[in-house]
Parts: sequence; C-alpha cells; structure tokens
Amino acid sequence: MPISKLADLYGREGLSPGHSACQGCGATIAVRQVLLAAEPPYIVVSPTGCLEVISTPYPFTAWRVPWVHVAFENAAAVASGIEAALNVLERKGIGRRHKVIVIGGDGGTFDIGLQALSGAFERGHNILYVCYDNEAYMNTGIQRSAATPPGSITTTTPAGKRERKKDIVSILVGHGSPYVATASPHLWKDLTNKVRKAQSIEGPTFLHIIAPCPRGWYFDPHLTIKLAKLAVETRIFPIYEVENGRYRINYLISRPRPVEDYLRLQNRFAHLLRPENAALLEEFKRWVEDRWSQLLKMAEAFPA
Amino acid sequence: MYSLASYRLMTGNEAVAFAVKQVDVDFISAYPITPQTIIVERLSEYVSSGELDAEFVPVESEHSALSACIGASLAGARVFTSTSSQGLALMHEVMYIASGMRCPIVMAVSNRALSAPLNIHGDHSDIMGSRDAGWVLIFCENPQEVYDYTIQAFRLAEHPEVLLPVAVNLDGFTVSHSSEPVAILEDEVVRAYLPRRERPRLEFEEPASFGVFALPTHYFEFKVEQEKALRKAGEVLEEVSAAYPNRSGRLLKLSKFNEDGRIAIICLGGTAGTVRHVVKKYGMKDFSLISLKLFSPFPSEELLDALKEAEGVVVMDRATSPGAPLPPLASNVAASLYEAGVRLPLMSVVYGLGGREPTLKMIVEMLEKSRERIGEGGPVVSRMYLGYGGG
Ligand SMILES: Cc1ncc(C[n+]2csc(CCOP(=O)(O)OP(=O)(O)O)c2C)c(N)n1
Ligand code: SF4
Repeated sequence: MPISKLADLYGREGLSPGHSACQGCGATIAVRQVLLAAEPPYIVVSPTGCLEVISTPYPFTAWRVPWVHVAFENAAAVASGIEAALNVLERKGIGRRHKVIVIGGDGGTFDIGLQALSGAFERGHNILYVCYDNEAYMNTGIQRSAATPPGSITTTTPAGKRERKKDIVSILVGHGSPYVATASPHLWKDLTNKVRKAQSIEGPTFLHIIAPCPRGWYFDPHLTIKLAKLAVETRIFPIYEVENGRYRINYLISRPRPVEDYLRLQNRFAHLLRPENAALLEEFKRWVEDRWSQLLKMAEAFPA
Repeated sequence: MYSLASYRLMTGNEAVAFAVKQVDVDFISAYPITPQTIIVERLSEYVSSGELDAEFVPVESEHSALSACIGASLAGARVFTSTSSQGLALMHEVMYIASGMRCPIVMAVSNRALSAPLNIHGDHSDIMGSRDAGWVLIFCENPQEVYDYTIQAFRLAEHPEVLLPVAVNLDGFTVSHSSEPVAILEDEVVRAYLPRRERPRLEFEEPASFGVFALPTHYFEFKVEQEKALRKAGEVLEEVSAAYPNRSGRLLKLSKFNEDGRIAIICLGGTAGTVRHVVKKYGMKDFSLISLKLFSPFPSEELLDALKEAEGVVVMDRATSPGAPLPPLASNVAASLYEAGVRLPLMSVVYGLGGREPTLKMIVEMLEKSRERIGEGGPVVSRMYLGYGGG
C-alpha cells in the first residue's frame, strides 16, 4: 500500500533527538524514515560505525526500539540468529516473532561485513538489511571503502580514489534476493514505500540508501538533502528496485544535471574540477554513464 | 532421586550432541571443523528428524556462528555451538563480546592444535589462546564427563548471578573420537534439572539497547563486574553440581587420585587417565594426581588444599605460551602457590603438541625425571618438553 501522508506511517520515532550525530547527518535522516515506515514489532541490529557510536554512549541510548550491536563485520549473522531463534521460540510458545532490520554503514556492508551478509542472504533469512551509504568509513575518520566513488578524497586516498564503487545491488540480486532497491532521503515517500514493500516480502531484502555526510564529504550541513537530490538527478545514484530479478527504474532521469553541480558542493571532489585533473573528471563521468547504461540495459532485458 | 535411563556407547563428540539434545536447546549455529564436526552432524540429524525442536543455522564461518549465537541468546533462546582450533581462533573477537554481553551460550571445544604448520590433532593451544576471553572453561577426561558436564554447563551459564558463556573442552580425538559406555539420564530428568529462567531480552514492547559503547567513565566498571561474575561462577558451580541428579557425574572443580603421593601431577583433560593408569600399573605410589576440571575461574583454593601435603608439583601443559615465564596451567598454579606463600618445587612440562599423545613410557620418563628434580637442592622451577624429538 503506497503511503501518501506522513500520518499514514506506523509512527514510531525509533531514534530520539539528543544523539550526537553531526548536524545534517544524512544517515540519521534515513534511519528516521526507515523506522517510521517499519512494521512493528521489530528489532534493529547495527554493526559498529557512526550510527552505533552516535546513539549509544553508555548510560544513554537514543533508541526507542529494541536495538543490538555486536561487532563491525557480523550484523547480518547476528540478525540471522535473532530471526531464527524467534521462529523457534514462537513455535515453543516462549517468545514471539519480530521483524529484524539491520541498519549499517557501507563499510560494515560492502567490505568487512560482506561475508556475513552473503551468508545470511544465501540462507534466505527473513530480514531487511538497510545500508546507509555515506561512501567511506566515517566513524574512524573518513577512510575509503568499496563504496567510495572514484576520484573521492578520503584520508586513505589523499590523491583521490582510483577504483570505482562496488555494485552491491548486483551482488545481492546475484544471491537471489526477492527484493533489492535503492533509495534517497529526499524521496521519502519512495523510501518509506520501499521499506514497507521489503518487509512484506518473505526472505532477505535489501535497501541501499544514499546518506550524504557533511563531515566526510566536506559540505555545509544545510546541503544534505540537496546533495541527495543532486546525486539522483545527475544519475550518480540511480533510484531503482529489483524484484525477483526484474528491474524497475523508479526515477528515470531523462535529462541529467551535469555531475559538476553535485561535485562542486563537496570538497572531497574539489580537485576533480581543477583543469589539470580533467582526465579524472572524465573517468568519473564515464563511471556514471557506464552504470546508468548498464542499468537501462538490465531494465530492458528484465523488465518488472 | 534420579533414574539413569541406560548406558549408551558414545564418543565424546556424540556425548556432547546427545546432552545438547536432552537439554532442549532452541538454537544451534556452528561450522564444520575437525575434530568437532561430528557434533554438528549429529545435531543436524536430531533437528531434521524432529528429535530436537531447535533451529540449526548452518552459517558460513565460525565468526558468524558465534555472532548468530549472540543474537539468538539475546532473543531469549537457549543456545549451543561448537568448534575447534582455527574455528575458535576465528571466533576470538566474538568470544569477548559474548561474555561482555553476558550471553549464557554453551560451546563444546574439541581441542586441536593451531596452525602453522597445519595440524588437525589434539592439544590445548586453541582454548588457551582465548583463556582471557571471560568464559567459564571446563575440561573433560572422557565421554562420560563430557555428557555430564555439558548438561551442568547450561545450568551454570544461565544462573542469574553468572550469565556467562561456558566452554566445555574435550581433547581432540582421544576424547572426541573414543567410544565408551556413557550413563545417561532420562530426558525428563534433564529437563527438570534445567528449568527456563527469565533474563533481559530483545522485545519491542520493552525496548532496550544491547551492545552499547562505554567510555573510560564506565568501561572499567563493566569489565570488573564481569570478572566478579566469573569468580561467582566458581561458587555457583557448587550448587549446580550438587543438584545434578547423577551423583557420580557431578562437576567438581578438581578430582584427586592417590592423595598420599608426595609429588602431585596436575593436568587437564584426557591425559589424567593415562597418568592415573601409569601410577597404578607401575605402583608409583609417590605420585598423586590432580585432574583439574575447572580452569576458569581457576580453583586456587581447592588446589592449594589438595597440595597441602605435597613436596613438589609437576604441571602438564598441552600448550605453550611463547615468551612467557611459564605455560598457561603452570603459570596459574605458580601464581596460586605464590599467593599462599608456598615455595613448592614446580616442574613445568609441555607435552602432546599437535597430537603427540603421551605414551605410558613417556609418562614414566616424566615421573622419574621429576623425582630427580624435586628433592633436596633441586631448582624451584624446572622445565621439560615431554616427547619432544629435537635437540
Ligand atoms: C574488526 C574491526 N575492524 C576495524 C574496526 C574499526 N572501525 C569501527 S567503525 C569503522 C568504520 C565504519 O564505517 P562504515 O561501516 O562505513 O560506517 P560509518 O562509520 O561510515 O557510519 C571501523 C573501520 C572495528 N571496530 N572492528
Ligand atoms: S560523520 Fe557523517 S555519518 Fe557520521 S555522524 Fe557525522 S554526518 Fe553522520
């Protein structure tokens, strides 16, 4: 059922104010939207990362919903355990099923957590895995991850990252996941609809959300939503969903904005706009074009 | 009163699986590795045949196995896992978290050497590498003890004053793969011994945060509280074992043999049987044997009591602690003696690495050597590699 008003949402504000995220943190905006849409009862699992650290400095917690963190690389395994355990406890009459939602950063998802994620998806656990993608390891001070886009400066790629971004959606589609989608916090209706849709489907589902990070991308905090929008409108972060291997582009960008509009606002890309780095900028554009045309081909070959 | 169902011929691994089935665990997650694999296989069979109503999650690694166990434990389930060697090493990070989050998980460890070089045979290097992870560590001599101690491990782990994970150790192959008739309890007797107890869990209507981070303002207190709980487990064990229906299977902190011997041999696990046999067979009455069942929390008091009459000790470690003054067990024994102000001659013996099982001849050699060293004018501490072929 599509959502048209915020009031239609389930309405549990899962993350209370007062946590210590930076102003304009895209990740926490995304988390709020996810939890407003999530169907209760649910349990949230987070790997180590910004979200965990900004929300749970003992003796405080910002979580108004049950939440658990175990380590950096194992959130999907922890979620597997909770989901499977609650199945049997309900069967035995000594517990009840909850929906299980993992919310983790790109490092805990694309890199160190990929094995556990792959295992959980291959085994087919009934979980929703949400990755808030701020495109680097922010908690430890902005180091590159497999989700860092080409050209981006991080503290471990001081001259700009050479490699392209890992295509996590294709990896999970390759696991046979029934539902894998991307989303952006500026399109909150689309995002919240996708959360509900993912939770209504049996099996492991995945939501990849772009989460602009003022601290790590070096931009003014008031630009978070604008940057999320620009990422989509430049085709840098396409919004689409893959249901049982069938592709649907939710926001077909027929006339993309120039990528420079997006890059210019963030100091992590400042060098790309300098004339001597024209080749790097070209490589960035080629990456965006390749991704988009590949997506169009998939949507044509396997339409929803 | 209790009733023994019967005897069953079982290997150590099978005894673990059988006990876990009777204990009515809800959740099992494990990954295959020799010599533990049979535990996982048997449990999978019990689950698929419906004899055990549990979820078995065949994860993609041991790291994920223990992580899934933590999730399941926090969801309120009674949880079991097992591993060996490299698998335990891979779990190392998560072991500290399981104890820090106070999850009463029970794990069987079929002890095996650590790589490199790769070796699938028995020694205690694996668990000794994790001895500071804050788990209760129990060692078994034979399949009967494996069966009895596995059941008692659950009651100890789940005790509200403990709430800590417990590792039940059985020597790879010599115990894990040897068969003997095991006296087993009736299913109902086991269930009655292990009633379900409430503890904090993940629940939407009573939201709590688990696994938070603590700054220097609080971390220290968390860790000391945890250590106190581990010490408490030593006291709680007494009531846990006293309540165990099969009197002869009660988990005591240590067992003694030939108490009058003037030199005490101290060891862990299956080797105790070999030493006992040698002392009997060759009439070496000047030796007593202390088989430690509990390594952590270390039963210093009981050990000192058992050593009251001893003139010297031989401490057998099936692991090394490279660079340390003494290997793990010898180090704990020495510290216990020091605390009591007892300066007893101690011969530290490292043996059995990578499955070099101590033969009767080797044990005799060790005992004879200790007679030379433990006496007038001998060194306070001496060392020996038993069965070592190098120079
Ligand atoms: C095994 C392990 N390695 C490294 C770390 C250090 N570490 C903690 S969080 C983190 C980065 C998290 O990055 P990401 O998942 O992208 O989340 P973010 O902080 O950006 O929200 C790292 C490297 C750790 N906690 N555990
Ligand atoms: S560093 Fe980035 S992701 Fe982390 S709290 Fe700050 S804005 Fe959010």
